[in-house]
Amino acid sequence: MTEYALILLSTILVNNFVLVKFLGLCPFMGVSRKLETAIGMALATTFVLTLSSVSSFLVNQYILAPLGIEFMRTIMFILVIAVVVQFTEMVVHKTSPLLYNVLGIFLPLITTNCAVLGVALLNVQEQHGFLQSLFYGFGAAVGFSLVLILFAAMREKIAAADVPEIFQGSAIALITAGIMSLAFMGFAGLIKV
Amino acid sequence: MLTVVVILLAVIAAIFGIILGYSAIRFKVEGNPVVDQIDSLLPQTQCGQCTFPGCRPYAEAIASGEAEINQCPPGGEATIIALADLLNVEVLPLNAEHGEAKQTKTVVTIDEQTCIGCTLCIQACPVDAILGAAKQMHTIITSECTGCDLCIPPCPVDCIHIVPIEQNLHNWKWPRPDGGHSAPKAS
Repeated sequence: MTEYALILLSTILVNNFVLVKFLGLCPFMGVSRKLETAIGMALATTFVLTLSSVSSFLVNQYILAPLGIEFMRTIMFILVIAVVVQFTEMVVHKTSPLLYNVLGIFLPLITTNCAVLGVALLNVQEQHGFLQSLFYGFGAAVGFSLVLILFAAMREKIAAADVPEIFQGSAIALITAGIMSLAFMGFAGLIKV
Repeated sequence: MLTVVVILLAVIAAIFGIILGYSAIRFKVEGNPVVDQIDSLLPQTQCGQCTFPGCRPYAEAIASGEAEINQCPPGGEATIIALADLLNVEVLPLNAEHGEAKQTKTVVTIDEQTCIGCTLCIQACPVDAILGAAKQMHTIITSECTGCDLCIPPCPVDCIHIVPIEQNLHNWKWPRPDGGHSAPKAS
């Protein structure tokens, strides 16, 4: 149990995918302008990331490894991720039209979130088992959601603040992200994984 | 080796395709079929003369009984008859509140000498058929114009004129045999 708790803690705070590993930066910058859309994106990404982490583990373990064609990993994982995203979109559209309208275009965009592929590949690299993959994917997703929502909340405040003209727009957003990243680096001293 | 990989990839992609295809049927979202049918009868000018913001909202309003079938001037009598046929209701005369039906298809042109570049007509256009910017001369993209004439009232210098569409080899169509019982299509 401690092991899984450590994986969660590690992926959410210490090795945060966005601010420490610098994966999935485009949705981080792109969808963080409003808190509402950020929360929607966070929910959708959490679902997809967890599911694709597990399913790409299964594909790797039971299809690629026995046949000795691990070099097909990247293309295979992209295929799996695309299918999972499509499937998620259909299920959400059917079960919750409201959520579907809130997520809108962000749902298909998750396919191109490099954190999703990154998690799948890191699972293989670190030789995670099934449950470890599950927790790794979920932790990465929660970490992504956490910083995305925090960042969106900050950007809403910044939008109302008196920012010097040369820093307005993307500049101040990037500086904010940098400072957040510095702050998250501080968690590196918390535990050693 | 390579053959195995290619075949395997194809097989797995096919399996995923089947799964997605099945779930597309299984999780199919039921739209309202009546709305679709009504929408397909409307002329798709998106002019808003029916007081609804476009043809689709008007179709939804008809389907839910909030609107009469006689509020569509661009469609004219032909659309009303087709809607009455579809919904099994009485044919009503066109409601004059919403405008009059046109006999011929028209588009608008901007007199570019007079245009002052105020952008008011651009905001009024429901189909983005007007090209221009503030203090720049505007022009109409004739192939996009649906002839709804919504841009004429906002123009402060009256530089927008209605012109009938000339028939030529490219837009000529066979005349309708049944006197216009089927709905006119947007061209």
